[in-house]
This record gives sequence, structure tokens and C-alpha cells, in this order.
Amino acid sequence: MPAVTPAEIERVFRAEHGRAVASLVRVFGDIDIAEDAVQDAFAAAVQRWPDAGLPPSPAGWIITTARHRAIDRLRREASREDRHAQAALLHAREEPEDEEGAVPDDRLRLIFTCCHPALAPPAQVALTLRLLGGLTTAEIARAFLVPEPTMAQRIVRAKGKIRAARIPFRVPEDADLPDRLAGVLGVLYLIFTEGHRASAGRRLVREDLCGEAIRLARVLASLMPDEPEALGLLALMLLGESRRRARTTPDGGLVLLADQDRSQWDRELIAEGHAIVRRCLRRDQPGPYQIQAAIQAVHADAPTAAVTDWDQIVALYDQLMTLAPTPVVALNRAVAVAEVDGPEPALALVDRLELEELGLYHAVRADLLRRLGRDAEAADAYAAALARTENEAERGFLAGRLTAARLRP
Amino acid sequence: MQAYLLSIYQPDGPPPPDVDLDQVTEKLGRLNTDIKAAGAWVFSGGLHAPSTATVMRVRDGEVVTTDGPYVEGKEHLGGFTIVNADDLDGAMRWANRLAEATGLPIEVRPLAHADAG
Repeated sequence: MPAVTPAEIERVFRAEHGRAVASLVRVFGDIDIAEDAVQDAFAAAVQRWPDAGLPPSPAGWIITTARHRAIDRLRREASREDRHAQAALLHAREEPEDEEGAVPDDRLRLIFTCCHPALAPPAQVALTLRLLGGLTTAEIARAFLVPEPTMAQRIVRAKGKIRAARIPFRVPEDADLPDRLAGVLGVLYLIFTEGHRASAGRRLVREDLCGEAIRLARVLASLMPDEPEALGLLALMLLGESRRRARTTPDGGLVLLADQDRSQWDRELIAEGHAIVRRCLRRDQPGPYQIQAAIQAVHADAPTAAVTDWDQIVALYDQLMTLAPTPVVALNRAVAVAEVDGPEPALALVDRLELEELGLYHAVRADLLRRLGRDAEAADAYAAALARTENEAERGFLAGRLTAARLRP
Repeated sequence: MQAYLLSIYQPDGPPPPDVDLDQVTEKLGRLNTDIKAAGAWVFSGGLHAPSTATVMRVRDGEVVTTDGPYVEGKEHLGGFTIVNADDLDGAMRWANRLAEATGLPIEVRPLAHADAG
């Protein structure tokens, strides 16, 4: 039997935590009991596996061990007239014994519970990362730059609401599914964008969050293969992630898309993203995530920034505007228009938007003004962008551009 | 089965002129019929204006009575419905229809326990 290293157990934990917790939530009808049981089972694995070796099905071993340990513990508590424990035991008796997800959509149900619209978005994100991602409260708190007690309270409150208000553990009915799925996709995308372009802090990218978001998006896409937007979101993340190495300098500075060393782009991720975008195109049920993925695919197709098919990108933004006519989409469209029609018409489009609060709006304006040689106005716009940006890498970039605009004669 | 309180919050003062109260009443009647037909209805009622409220509270061991609502605000509890549902999704479906019928925000809250009869 080969020796099992702590790193391997850690890998199993990351990969199987969501499946195990979801399965145990179904069995016991209670998130806390499920989490404690899975925790117990992994503690037992750390004791046993280094000597006994990895079991043939690690996930099955964890789920079975967790179930047995939870039942033992609940029996002790139930004999002390603990009504909560009695209810959980009763629930477990009615659920079929299964080893590893014989009920294949347990994780899908749990995603819909975590992302229920009755929970505030930050709570949805925290619960998803904790229950499905297996991240600790401390890790989630660090990722979102929130004090750990605040994050702990957020999670406890959300779990309390799930229990008291009976937020269901199931895939929503067909009539509710489109809205509810959009909510789930929104949470996963929020986790990804927070990792891809951290809203505050020293580094531009927090890879752990991106990796987790992609892992969850893969799970969702595999569980809902008939939902093109779930595929679109996965493709969008993969294509964004493919540029990670090229997006920053070795000392953490920001590199714009046009200036990136494209040989650093991850070809495997691009190939996977492209394949998904093509699958979506064949289905022809376009949605916002699929179109954004298609835009990223056009960038990925261009061997150099100069040969980017901007006409195609503007056309895709036009299509996106019909489905999701938000000011932020209009802003991104204007950036593409600048490449086709020049900075002047693009600036006219940008000036019509009401996005004063958004740092990116000022950064886009600043760049267009700079290209028009209106340096004094560009400097003001860079300063406005700087005042609204907390990410250190972006701040470094904007400060450099601001100085340059001020120094030009 | 879980009981939920659906509270209707409305702005103080008379309804805006564009609200057709007859239409709201008719929609509410239809909704109540549907809730009853589904076996989910427990109780429903509309309240008189907050100016008709009286508050009693204990101060220094004595019960003191004051005129008016407990909280003065821009909105007040205008009415409520109690329904039984399997879970929050079920309660939210009735609350959606209540919001559509009244055009007002509806708060959904689970009852911790209930005594009836």
C-alpha cells in the first residue's frame, strides 16, 4: 500500500468536501450536523490513511464514516432528550444509504440552497465557498478582507436563517429555475472576479479564489449540461484565467491586454474555453455569459493585439447590449468602438454614461483623452480613477499614467 | 409544515391617486381564495390606520397607556396573512402574488411556534 501524504489528504479534502457535505445534508436535513460529521471523518482519515493507505473510493469512505459517526453522536444526544438530534436521526432513517453520490444532484441542491435569493449576496458567496469549496471561515475572511469574527457571524446567521425559515435543499421548480440559476451563476462569477481582479489589497490576482470558482463552475456545468449559460460562464472563466501569467509583471504590476506577452497565455485553457464557446454557438441559445465568453475567445484568437478582430467584438457587444443593456456593458462596448472608429466617437459614448462612482469609467475616459492629446483632462480623469480604486496593482498603473499625463509638455 | 407571517408594509397617508383600490381589493380576494383552495390559509386581515393604535408599556412597575403607534415612521404594517408552506419557496410564492396584488413590499417571516384554537 503506498504511503498517503498530508498533501494527498488535503487534495481529497478539497475535491470531495462539497460532495460529502451535500450528501450528509440530504441525510440529516441539517447543515451543522453535516459539516461536523464530514470534519470528523476527515480527522479520522488523517489518523488512518497514512498507515492503512488510500481507500479505493476516498469520497465513499468519507461519506460512510461521516454518516456512522454522526449517527453515533446523535444517538448519544437523542438519549438525552435532544429534540434536534432526534429529528435529525428520524430524517436519516428515511434517507437511503448511499456511498458516493448515488443521488447525483446532492451538490446541485446544495448550491441552490447556498445561493438562495433570501440570503444576502455576501452570505451566498461565503456559504458556497465554505460548504461546497471546503474553505475555512478564516480563509474566506482573508479572501474578502473581512475580519474573521465578521465572516463567522455572517455564516452563522445565514445557517440560522436556512434552518428557521426552511430554505429548501432542492433544485428549484422549472418556473423558478431560470431566475435561480442566474443567481447561482452570479455568485460563482463574483467569486471569480474577486479573485481575478481583487477589489482591494496588494496583489492584482488571488489565484485561490479563481481556482475555486472554476472548480465550482465545472461542477455546475457537469451537473447542468443542458444549461448553455452554465457552460458560458465556465468558458468565460477559463479564457480569463488563461491570461493570468501575462496580466502582471514579476513585481506585481498590471499589464494591459494590448501589452501582454501572448506567448505567456495558457493554450490548454484557451483550447478548452474555445471548445465550449463553439458548443454554445451550435446550440444557439445565447445569453450574457456566453457572449462575454465569445468576446474573450476573439481576443484569444489574435496572435498580436494589432490583429484583434475589433469589428467582431463590437458586434458581440451590440448583441450583449440587447440582452443586458447595463451602463458597464456600454462602457466596455465603447472601449471596443475606440479601436474601430477612434477615440473621439468612443469618448462621446462614454460621456453619456452615468458611472461617476466607478473607477473603471474614469480610467477608460482618461485613456481616451490621453489618446486625443487632451493631457490636462486626462490627468484629472486618472486622478478620479485613482481615488476610486483600492487594488494596489491598479493604483500603481494609474499613478504612473497620471504622472506621465502631467509631465507631457 | 411551517407557518409564515406575510406582512404588508404601506406608506403613511392616503394611497397615491394612481392606485385603483377596487382592483387591489379584487386581486386580494382572488389571492385569498387561492390560498384557501391550496389548504395553505391560516389567517389574514387588514389593519386600521396607525393613528388608531394604542400602546401599553411598563414603566417603574406601572402600566402606562399612550396614544398612537409604537413606532412612528414613514411606513406602517397595513395588514398581514399567515400561511402554511412546506418551505420558504412555498411561502415566497404567495408573498410574490401578495406583492403583485398590492404593489407594496411584503416581509416573509417564519413563525417560531403557534398556538391556535
